Amino acid sequence: MDVIEAKKFYLARYADFERALATAAAPAAWGGAIRSGAISRFAAAGFPGVRDEEWKYTSIAPILDVPFNPARSLGDGLVRERLGQLDLGAPVENRLVFINGRLSSELSTAPRLPAGVEAGSLAAAMRRSDARVASHLARYANYDNQGFVALNTAFMEDGGFIFVPAGVVIEEPIHLVFVALSADGAGVCYPRNLIVLERGAEASVVETYLSLERSLHFTNGVTEAVVGENCRLEHIKIQRESEEAFHIGTLQVQMGRSSRFTSHSLALGGALTRNDIDVALEGEGGDCTLNGLYIAGGRQHIDNHTRIDHVKPHCASRELYKGVLGGRARGVFNGKIYVHKAAEKSDAKQTNKNLLLSEGAWVDTKPQLEIHNNDVKCSHGSTIGQVDQDALFYLRSRGIGRSAACALLTQGFAGDVVARLPDAAGRAAIEDRVRERLEAISGDNGAS
Amino acid sequence: MLVIKNLHANVAGNEILRGISLTVGAGEVHAVMGPNGSGKSTLANVLAGREGYQVTEGAVLYQGKDLLKMPPEERAREGIFLAFQYPVEIPGVSTTYFLKAALNAVRKHRGLPELDAMDFLGLVKEKMRLVEMDQALMNRPVNEGFSGGEKKRNEILQMAMLDPKLAVLDETDSGLDIDALRIVAAGVNALRGPERAMIVITHYQRLLGYIVPDYVHVLSEGRIVKSGGKELALELEEKGYSWIEEQQPGA
Ligand SMILES: Nc1ncnc2c1ncn2[C@@H]1O[C@H](COP(=O)(O)OP(=O)(O)O)[C@@H](O)[C@H]1O
Ligand SMILES: [Mg+2]
Repeated sequence: MDVIEAKKFYLARYADFERALATAAAPAAWGGAIRSGAISRFAAAGFPGVRDEEWKYTSIAPILDVPFNPARSLGDGLVRERLGQLDLGAPVENRLVFINGRLSSELSTAPRLPAGVEAGSLAAAMRRSDARVASHLARYANYDNQGFVALNTAFMEDGGFIFVPAGVVIEEPIHLVFVALSADGAGVCYPRNLIVLERGAEASVVETYLSLERSLHFTNGVTEAVVGENCRLEHIKIQRESEEAFHIGTLQVQMGRSSRFTSHSLALGGALTRNDIDVALEGEGGDCTLNGLYIAGGRQHIDNHTRIDHVKPHCASRELYKGVLGGRARGVFNGKIYVHKAAEKSDAKQTNKNLLLSEGAWVDTKPQLEIHNNDVKCSHGSTIGQVDQDALFYLRSRGIGRSAACALLTQGFAGDVVARLPDAAGRAAIEDRVRERLEAISGDNGAS
Repeated sequence: MLVIKNLHANVAGNEILRGISLTVGAGEVHAVMGPNGSGKSTLANVLAGREGYQVTEGAVLYQGKDLLKMPPEERAREGIFLAFQYPVEIPGVSTTYFLKAALNAVRKHRGLPELDAMDFLGLVKEKMRLVEMDQALMNRPVNEGFSGGEKKRNEILQMAMLDPKLAVLDETDSGLDIDALRIVAAGVNALRGPERAMIVITHYQRLLGYIVPDYVHVLSEGRIVKSGGKELALELEEKGYSWIEEQQPGA
């Protein structure tokens, strides 16, 4: 489909969806206005094209080529049978499992959390007209001119809703797992998460995205996080869907005064993956850290877009993204730090490092600083390089085969991002996944 | 065990080895001495299979097989070990993990089962005692931030772990103080045996006081210009390399 046809296709699917919602047994009591607002923005703005500066290095044509219908939900019994031994990833406690975007209570481990803390289904919260949802949902992730966010907002049904009241600290991470499986043909899901931390609250949230099988599916997800005054939020996203999958995800974070936010984004899967992280430092003294690792082989394409807005004075941001690319994979890093006029004493540092394992691999890196205040400390840098030949020979001279040696060196390269993950978020298991992935892409020289 | 016949090799288009012939039998220790730039490391690297060294003439047979056809990892698995003159630092890869990967690759090739964590740790501890190496180094990235002496001990530790048939030690003595030299030499001597051959490359006679060779060869401008017994090393020490060079035709 071309962009016009694709837009028509998605608008028609929305019309079907709206009809179904109207006849549903328990329709959401509100949200209709948000949906219709979002779909009309989508109708006006449509999909981004490569002429759009923010999509310069990523063509979404492969996604538009496939007529993705909204993925069906399946009965728990059938799902359990099909999931079989699939490893849903750590942590196992406080784990909410969403199948094709909808919560499966049977597969989830009921969270054991302090009183007043909410960690459950967004759909359920919407059905009971939860005022906390109403006052935050869709207020931050901008769908005015972002077609995919608009589609997610129009089609959203379920996802995680996490609310931590003032002063409450949750030690154990809350794990949201999104499993995509094909019910009948190529399907799309629109997971939608909302995380709200009231003043002084602390929490960590892991989002894992995976595929049940190697099949064509599309995940278009949005997470909004509100990190109130003096709060701490640690957010971990592990994207390990199959190499046939399409994944577009947006994380929008609003940070209050003296709050701290850390993101770890690990993109390991997908035929085409695009991760947007957008952080607004909206209170003085905020501190934001973005860590990222992307590993791509074969013909995978992984695009990382980050934007940090220093809106208020005395905020700090640290960003480290590392990429390992093999085969004929393409990586993109586009990180923007925007220092607003009022944001004096901003302290920002951004680093992007890339390791290319093959002739056919490619990366576009575009670090950007836009500074509208003179009293700031900002720096950025990016590198693209190959495996160190002396180190490679050293390892081989000890009997380690070429591809295992490359994998080991790339693990060393990737290791410092993984090492930053908190233990409780299942770092050891993630290390294993990263190692497997690196081994898988190291052997592919991209020649064919 | 090793037969080098008329070996010529180029580096970056320059001929560095110009016809080396050398035969090393099982259980023998051969010292290769020579001034800086004479081609000692080049010879070691050619034997270990480093890329960028072009053999233009000659042959190397190792246990009857054409060594030059094998990639470096296969040479290592077949029992060749090179102790590097300049051990390489590998950020982000722990020494333990590296040693385990190397040991298991070699064991697999030799038809031995992989060692589990317990057995591996036991073996490392035993071998570390041999070179008096600090166990804290095991959790650090390979050679990163190691002192010169620690790096060289780490080379001998790896040799002890991998149990090679032919060890090539490239200036393992350089940069070591006398205590470290004694420890390293003791480690090497402990590994001497009737099955194992060694080529000990050194610039100075000093090391050969500790590791007593069966044969000594003098390398100059890419050729072996003199061979003899261990007394040749002493003679060299006394008279200097200029003595050999003066004996050369055309010098
Ligand atoms: N990688 C290289 N590139 C260019 N020249 C080299 C390289 N390695 C060695 N050489 C040259 O080869 C010659 C022999 O070097 P080397 O084998 O390191 O000597 P030795 O170990 O005996 O000191 C020297 O002239 C040196 O400059
Ligand atoms: Mg040398």
